[in-house]
Amino acid sequence: MSGPAKRLIEKGTLSDNPIVYQILGICSALAVTNRLENAFLMGLALMFVLAGSSGLVSLLRKVIPKRTRMIMEVLIIATFVIIVDLILKAYAWDAAKVMGAYVALIITNCIVMGRAEAFAIVNPVRLSLLDAFGNGIGYTWVLLVVALVREVLGTGKIVFTTLAQTEIMVFPAPLRAAMDGQFPLLLILPPGAFLVLGLLIWVVKASQGPEKEI
Amino acid sequence: MAPQIHWMLVLFAAIFTNNILLAYFLGMCSFLAVSKTLKTAYGLGLAVTFVTTATAIINYGIYYFFLNASTSIFGVDLTFIQYIIFIAVIAAFVQLVEMVIDKYSPTLYMALGIFLPLITVNCAILGTSVFMVIRKYTFIQAAGYGLGSGLGWFLAIVLIAGIRQQLRFANIPEPLKGVGITMIVTGLMAMAFLGFAGVANLG
Repeated sequence: MSGPAKRLIEKGTLSDNPIVYQILGICSALAVTNRLENAFLMGLALMFVLAGSSGLVSLLRKVIPKRTRMIMEVLIIATFVIIVDLILKAYAWDAAKVMGAYVALIITNCIVMGRAEAFAIVNPVRLSLLDAFGNGIGYTWVLLVVALVREVLGTGKIVFTTLAQTEIMVFPAPLRAAMDGQFPLLLILPPGAFLVLGLLIWVVKASQGPEKEI
Repeated sequence: MAPQIHWMLVLFAAIFTNNILLAYFLGMCSFLAVSKTLKTAYGLGLAVTFVTTATAIINYGIYYFFLNASTSIFGVDLTFIQYIIFIAVIAAFVQLVEMVIDKYSPTLYMALGIFLPLITVNCAILGTSVFMVIRKYTFIQAAGYGLGSGLGWFLAIVLIAGIRQQLRFANIPEPLKGVGITMIVTGLMAMAFLGFAGVANLG
């Protein structure tokens, strides 16, 4: 992979991470992270929409008139979201029911709009796809980390229902017995999402050194 | 859900127990970006409340007159394009409001003007329309829910803006400043709002 391509990926995943630094796509990062499996599916869905719409916007960038570009972008994004929504409903019905509204809300997920408006509309297709991929990975890993912390500490296990039919008990049996099945439910409830993501942002920023303010 | 819930209860629940921001995490982007001062938070909150209520009502009409198979005048199931229609209605409505306000009240336009484009991509508004359909509200419930969602968001952003103004003088570790601490304070606020749970529930 050439230099600029590598830099684009690196930027999206870490140094210009959409959630931690661009503060985009926070809604779904908080909402679907009470279970690892849902976070993973959401990450996949977003990556598909992001790559599809960035690619298409970039492909059409010379055709789209400047004045109507916002509406065109929204329509392109909405089209890809509908595709994902229908696929999820067909193959992962349980997960689709839980995430339902949040899949629809990928339309207003600022990452997709943000990348289309800031990058794809002025860059060639290949770079736009790489940029979309980098940002998609950046979004997905943050979701997975938050979901892992919340599900493991909040319930003591990881439950899979769509990708597989299994439950992983994370803590050893004696510890579970000692805790008597009592885990801090707060982490699964909405406040836990804010707290865990806030702390994660702190950790990432601290490890990356000082950075710009929003 | 239960179609018998009184619309006042839907309104109350949407503000306190099922707050669109603190319980459903919608509208976070502008919540984080525009909550630095109380004045701008107040202006954006007002604009969002108005647009949320109005678009919930308009989208309700469109959904049941044109999209839903059993009540539509076409008799065809078009619900799969509901998201495109909803977002188009919201974008068009925001544009319309902007033009009307610009023409008739320049002072209000100066106060709200810059926030209006932001509203189109505020997911609290699209979210309200989507939830209203998923929960199968009646017309009056949908209107109450739209108003409640807007007011709930308004309440949350005004509260956090007040706290952030004070936070400016607090001694916070450098990497935690800005979004990090705002997120944690919002978490504490959400915890406080959990105290309302049980008063009413929208499921």
